[in-house]
Amino acid sequence: MSRPGNALFLERRTYRRRRLVDAARFLPILGAVLWSVPLLWSSDGAETVPTSRAILYVFGVWCFLIVAAFLLSTRLRSDPPEEPVERP
Amino acid sequence: MATLNVLVAVCLAYVAVLFLVAFVAERAAARGRGWLGGPWVYTLSLSIYCTAWTFYGAVGYAARSGLEYLTIYLGPTLVFVGWWWLLRKLVRIGRAQRVTSIADLISSRFGKSNMLAVGVTILSVIAATPYIALQLQSVTLSFEVFARADGGAAASSAPASTAFWVAVGLAVFTVLFGTRNLDANERHHGVVMAIAVEAVVKLCALLAVGVFVIWGVAGGVGDVMTRIDASEIGHWQMDGGRWATLTFLSAAALLCLPRMFQVMVVENDEERHLRTASWAFPLYLMLMSLFVVPIAVVGLDLMPAGTNPDLFVLTVPLSQGQDGLAMLSFIGGFSSATSMVIVAAIALSTMVSNHIVMPIWLKLTGGGAIVSGDVRHVVLMARRVSIAGVVFLGYLYYQLSGGGAALAAIGLISFAGVAQVLPALVGGIFWRGATRAGALAGLTVGFAVWLYTMFLPSFGQGVILPAAVMQEGLFGLDWLRPRALFGIDGLDPLVHAVIWSVGLNTLVFLAVSLASFPSPLERLQGAQFINVFQHSQSPGGGFGGTAEAEDLLIMSQRILGAREAQALFHAEAARQGIEGYLPDPTPEFLQVLERELSGSVGAATAHAMVGQIVGGTTVSVEDLMAVADETAQMMEYSSKLEAQSRELSRTARQLREANEKLTRLSVQKDAFLSQISHELRTPMTSIRSFSEILREGGLERPERHKYASIIHGEAIRLTRLLDDLLDLSVLEDGQVSLNIRRARLADLLDQAEAAAGAASGGTGLEIRRDGPVDQVWITTDPDRLSQVFINLISNARKYCDAAGPRLTINVTQAGERLMIDFVDNGSGIPPDAQDLVFEKFSRIGDQKAGGAGLGLAICREIMARLGGSVSYLPGQGGAAFRVILPLHQAMAAQ
Repeated sequence: MSRPGNALFLERRTYRRRRLVDAARFLPILGAVLWSVPLLWSSDGAETVPTSRAILYVFGVWCFLIVAAFLLSTRLRSDPPEEPVERP
Repeated sequence: MATLNVLVAVCLAYVAVLFLVAFVAERAAARGRGWLGGPWVYTLSLSIYCTAWTFYGAVGYAARSGLEYLTIYLGPTLVFVGWWWLLRKLVRIGRAQRVTSIADLISSRFGKSNMLAVGVTILSVIAATPYIALQLQSVTLSFEVFARADGGAAASSAPASTAFWVAVGLAVFTVLFGTRNLDANERHHGVVMAIAVEAVVKLCALLAVGVFVIWGVAGGVGDVMTRIDASEIGHWQMDGGRWATLTFLSAAALLCLPRMFQVMVVENDEERHLRTASWAFPLYLMLMSLFVVPIAVVGLDLMPAGTNPDLFVLTVPLSQGQDGLAMLSFIGGFSSATSMVIVAAIALSTMVSNHIVMPIWLKLTGGGAIVSGDVRHVVLMARRVSIAGVVFLGYLYYQLSGGGAALAAIGLISFAGVAQVLPALVGGIFWRGATRAGALAGLTVGFAVWLYTMFLPSFGQGVILPAAVMQEGLFGLDWLRPRALFGIDGLDPLVHAVIWSVGLNTLVFLAVSLASFPSPLERLQGAQFINVFQHSQSPGGGFGGTAEAEDLLIMSQRILGAREAQALFHAEAARQGIEGYLPDPTPEFLQVLERELSGSVGAATAHAMVGQIVGGTTVSVEDLMAVADETAQMMEYSSKLEAQSRELSRTARQLREANEKLTRLSVQKDAFLSQISHELRTPMTSIRSFSEILREGGLERPERHKYASIIHGEAIRLTRLLDDLLDLSVLEDGQVSLNIRRARLADLLDQAEAAAGAASGGTGLEIRRDGPVDQVWITTDPDRLSQVFINLISNARKYCDAAGPRLTINVTQAGERLMIDFVDNGSGIPPDAQDLVFEKFSRIGDQKAGGAGLGLAICREIMARLGGSVSYLPGQGGAAFRVILPLHQAMAAQ
């Protein structure tokens, strides 16, 4: 493989890593926004949201955040400049 | 029915198991971590966030206020999911600066200000008291439940005395657990392991109760959902302000709680654990809160009205006759409470002893502690007393507040208290402009507002704050009412207190920071904190005692040399009685080592290096300045040495050259002596033999005349030779007298050409002149100068080996100096002989020349007398000599 090809490959990796970090940064903001949605639900009157549905919504967002954080953390694991070699 | 005695026995057995776990973990840690330092243990240890508040209080919270309890877990989830923003930096700073507590972090960010550390410590201790009271209350309540179920026997024991004994038990437990030894890095592997085990226990217990409630009591998920919607919390009724404020507050508390900081940053073994925790800890929180609402709703259904909903986790299984499950649940609650108290007390006692007790003690003893060597004892004692004190304060709060409030309400007071550290913390690690004065001012204002609007009123009206103050404000000023500062009424008390305290705190922090100017140390530390990712490498695992000694040895070997360093360490190990091992880095040994190292690298550098390895101390600005001074001195010294060595090598080269020249001269002298004796003997021999012939007589007149002429000629040759020698020695001794007058250069050259031509038969050599020869008049000794010219011209005549020999005389005038070049077209003088031609007795090879090799030597001496010089000009195509002389010979030169 020629040197320029190598460099291009590295460049792409660095780029991908940067975007992963961006995603990791964006995730809590998304979470905060999603969990702010209940603030819009009306608290009194006939049109209130049943608690069971509220539970499903809040826990649904929670599960999404956990899965997303898990995926990001496994992707971010393969970052050679930051981390020493993983011990078995 | 489990009796109280069984309960106590189970508690003790459980504690014993925890001890065992901690002990085994410490041993494993001492041997070198294996699975101990893994990300799972780290994540589980973070679960001390979930205390008895979560275990008991969350259900009660849900039963009272619906889904609001979730906010307490949503905030931390967001912080951990967003670990890249803040936690990563916090952990890196904690490791790079070897921070021991949150007070230490704040203080070291703001120029190692101990005043700030004391402030944060006091705030943390006071804020922790309601929290510890909460744990005492929950354990006491759970005991009560069993006592009531047990019947009259133990019901007589008042809750107050139960709480007291629980407090004593927890204090003893924590002292035994947390202060068995003193680790330089404030790490407690045993405690962390025990907490991890407790985390599993409480999660299992809560999940077990949840599963029992859903599938044992109710008829599965669908049924529970129906029940939820049918219950009194079946509709979304939420104060939006509380939802947002509580989420923020829980996120802030996660970062600022001393015990969370302890497990999250101080006990962190490797940064990558954070990555696992970023999703695993939210998962743990979600599992912990998953069954809370079902338990609450089923509890509300099952239990008679007026039952404390905080205890549904216990009372629901008990009411269904599930004693075993109730016992598990009790253990879970006990776990939650004990782990929180242990870690909180350890973290707080570290802060109290490091920032309050030790500075005072050192001041009182005049800093002589290092010599007497009992500091460790004092520190341990200070920590034990602090632990007891912290737990006792919690008990006091429990007593004063009456132990009747909802668990969650108590916990939130703590949260709001520690959240006051947040502006200084976040500002400190993201904003270079944050100053010590700003942090101190913000913290003070926030603390005061929190005390006034939240902490003091929490005891109830009339306990500390009189009812009049609550109703009409401090000093009767209406705008100072604790629940409606500045007359803003109608807010939820919690939202009101948080907004005012954190808001004013942040505002004052920013304003004072902007207005004040930081000290150099603050600015340096600020730069190090904010740019921590540029300054620090990703640190590997922390090192225990052996690693330190090893690092010290490696460093010393580099500086002292392998043999010396090993001898030093060996001797120290022998002195410590552990021959064959590395010595312990005791203070005395470190002093010795520092002294040894300072011999090589300077005192400040040695101190900084040892400090870096042993940890605890970071390099101060003063250290750095001293290092810079030393370095500058060394650089100056080494540059002097360099100059000296350059000079030495120059001198040596000159000496070598001189030596070579001397050797050649000596060879020449030897050659000359044989030459001169030969030169003298040849005429002498002919003079002797011809004079003998004359003495015998009987010769014809022509023959007699011929022989006498030969004798005469040879005598003249002898005389000339001797004249030359004499001339030279006179010139060299400087006894020559010059006859200075004006002369035309052209006349002198004419004379010289004629004389040289006459002397050597006048054949062949063509002489050219270049330059303004005719116009040049000089003031010099013309006889001596023409002697030089004669010599140079006759040399050319003698040595020029070209077919058509030609000599060019080139005259140039440069200012007050005249340069006369004599260049012929022969093969010149070989380079290795060029520097010798002016030496006495020097002759090029053994050519046809008949001279004694004195001519050029005489020329050089004459020119020196005349204030000029004669030198060989290399690279002119043939032999070339340059005569330089002043136009006007100074009379003083005579």
